[in-house]
Amino acid sequence: MTVTKVVLAKLSPTMEEGTIVKWTKQEGDTVKVGDVLAEIETDKANMEMEALGAGVLRKVLVPAGGKAPVGALIGVIAEPGEDISKLTAQAAPTAAPSPPPAPPAPAPKAEGVAAAPAGAPRSQPAPAPAAAVERPETPRPEAFASAEDAGRVKASPLARTMAQQQNIPLESVEGTGPGGRIIKRDIEAWSDRPRAARPSPAPAARPAAPAAPSARVPAAPPVTPGEIVPVSSMRRVIAKRLAESKFTAPHFYVTVEIDMDSAVDVREQILEVEEAKVSFNDLVVKACAKALPRFPLVNASWNGDTIVTHGEVHVGVAVAIPDGLITPVVRNADRKALLDIAREVKDLAARARERKLKPEEFTGSTFTISNLGMYDVTEFTAIINPPESAILAVGAVRKVPVVVDDRVTVGHRMRVTLSCDHRVVDGALGAQFLAEVRRLLEHPVGLFV
Amino acid sequence: MATLTMREALNQAMSEEMARDPNVFILGEEVGAYQGAYKITQGLVAKFGDWRVRDTPIAEEVIAGIAVGAAFIGLRPIAEMMTFNFSLLALDMIVNHAAKYRYMSGGQIRCPMVMRGPSGAAAQVAAQHSQAFESWYANCPGLVVVMPSTPRDAKGLLKSAIRDDNPVVFMENEVLYNLKGEVPDEEFHIPLGLGEVKREGKDVTLVAWSRSAVTCLAAARQLADEGVEAEVVDPRTLRPLDEDLIFESVRKTGRCVVVEEGWPMAGFGAEISDRVQRNCFDALDAPILRVTSADVPMPYAKTLETAYLPQPAKVVEAVHQVLYR
Repeated sequence: MTVTKVVLAKLSPTMEEGTIVKWTKQEGDTVKVGDVLAEIETDKANMEMEALGAGVLRKVLVPAGGKAPVGALIGVIAEPGEDISKLTAQAAPTAAPSPPPAPPAPAPKAEGVAAAPAGAPRSQPAPAPAAAVERPETPRPEAFASAEDAGRVKASPLARTMAQQQNIPLESVEGTGPGGRIIKRDIEAWSDRPRAARPSPAPAARPAAPAAPSARVPAAPPVTPGEIVPVSSMRRVIAKRLAESKFTAPHFYVTVEIDMDSAVDVREQILEVEEAKVSFNDLVVKACAKALPRFPLVNASWNGDTIVTHGEVHVGVAVAIPDGLITPVVRNADRKALLDIAREVKDLAARARERKLKPEEFTGSTFTISNLGMYDVTEFTAIINPPESAILAVGAVRKVPVVVDDRVTVGHRMRVTLSCDHRVVDGALGAQFLAEVRRLLEHPVGLFV
Repeated sequence: MATLTMREALNQAMSEEMARDPNVFILGEEVGAYQGAYKITQGLVAKFGDWRVRDTPIAEEVIAGIAVGAAFIGLRPIAEMMTFNFSLLALDMIVNHAAKYRYMSGGQIRCPMVMRGPSGAAAQVAAQHSQAFESWYANCPGLVVVMPSTPRDAKGLLKSAIRDDNPVVFMENEVLYNLKGEVPDEEFHIPLGLGEVKREGKDVTLVAWSRSAVTCLAAARQLADEGVEAEVVDPRTLRPLDEDLIFESVRKTGRCVVVEEGWPMAGFGAEISDRVQRNCFDALDAPILRVTSADVPMPYAKTLETAYLPQPAKVVEAVHQVLYR
């Protein structure tokens, strides 16, 4: 007699509820301990949930697309024929995903999944239910859904599988197959293209998107004007934590302009000599990591009666991802070489966009950098990422007229703004820290010694 | 390794098995004194005598009936059909007797016989002599259906067929009898029910057997010139079918074209399409396409015969379609 309750696990340190993206095992499938049962969207990433018991997945209580709080019973593993009716009867009826609040939207197809015959053994992997692809956060525009013929996104099964794996909303992919069918090459083209070039979903139902300022600038996620957008787990966490930060930590801001001429040279030399690409942001990460140990109070946390200064320097780098942002962490950045940092940030950012980061890769930062330079932003202020005591907002490196030896010439300048928690960092300290960051970037040899 | 024609390879297979097992014998029209209508049995009557290489009247039902009876009592007959077009006369013996007795006797009676000969179109032999019958025989439980596309496969599979305890329908192709290929010198067998990838590729899976596999290899060479890597999978045995080999390939390429010489309606390619769509659904980027002969009796005119049959150009066209080109 072995019955194992499948309970939604706490898959990230801040997770309170999760959305079942898909069940990788179906009702009737045999499971071993450690088998991946389901993919769960937490507030930070999509995580795999493993089976803690062996037997047959007898019952799925929350179908793909549904939400459940941490600890909720979402399924039952038992021997075939074992009586599980008591368990399933206890389960709260949280099953169906909440339908999108937009007016007459298509009924969530996840119900079809819940209605699959219980216990029917499937010798072959069941085709992915459409509901798993049509993520509940992106309800289709009404006009599109009501047109019966156009209401269905036509995609090859392979394209659907790929879109699901990469979390690509099929609605936003342009199909080049017969009758607008989305095929493999369309998904590949979508993933390869810079985000701005990606068409917004259902072009017929909405005005053309305004031209993006630059091809490599990520566009805002597709939302129809007038649409009511449900809040994803990630957005809820962003809202809660940043409001808490801004309302409790008294922010003040210090801005400096940095002469980036030498940094521009260094970057080109690295490209030439090492054939490696280093971004300005990588240089900023390295400069901050180098400066932070000299300013322990900038690398610290307010703790009520005490201030905790951190012995290690873990730099978070904010990365925009569809429907939010996440800050993967470069651990012990002060002890890493510039090229290692560049490689690591590139890898972390790529996996962040696929929502494939592990919890330890996006938690535990002691200082954060947010860079909007790719949008050609001159300067901006950022909200401190709690429980840290400062965040650096980085603008674009711009060519500007500068005065050198009483003559006007062209120079590279970058503005950075430090947001400080005044409970920990005072104005003078913030200014001194920024002066050190500026010194390192203006004399980048300091980054290498 | 020797280079042999498929004709020589088939001859060797029978010769070796007859030398090994005195229960193996051949019967059919013109197999002895005339050395075979297509010379597949050349030299065998001299080697084994007319007791074991028996000429029969022009009566296919008799040929098949003798073979079935002989097999029931423990011999291993090889019944040659001059072509499989004539096997229709023997259909009752094959379908109602050879294929059924093991089942109906609860396993007490076995039917270890081989019925072999050319099937499919040759050159301008018209409607009654150009037919592909694999879909008919593969439809019947109790039969094994084998269709080799190379001399090596022909020899290795025929030896396995002769040793198998089930009735084996072994369909050759007249156009391939002169096809040359390397055949191992040493004793070897190819298990029934085991397919082979004849050419590797990543862009599209072509499933074909017998002459159509050769057609697909020609198409694959043309496709390679335009940068498309086609994988050619030859199941070699249609029943039982090595479906896993096909699935593995389709899961890699995401596209599948089945090519066969039979007619389109209820053809064996439809069986493969069905299994592929059920088992590889999530891997498919395009509908499975089939290239078959035309849905008419074979015309006599040369130009129409060419138009009727699957040609490399038709395979290339189908591949373009599944690649959305």
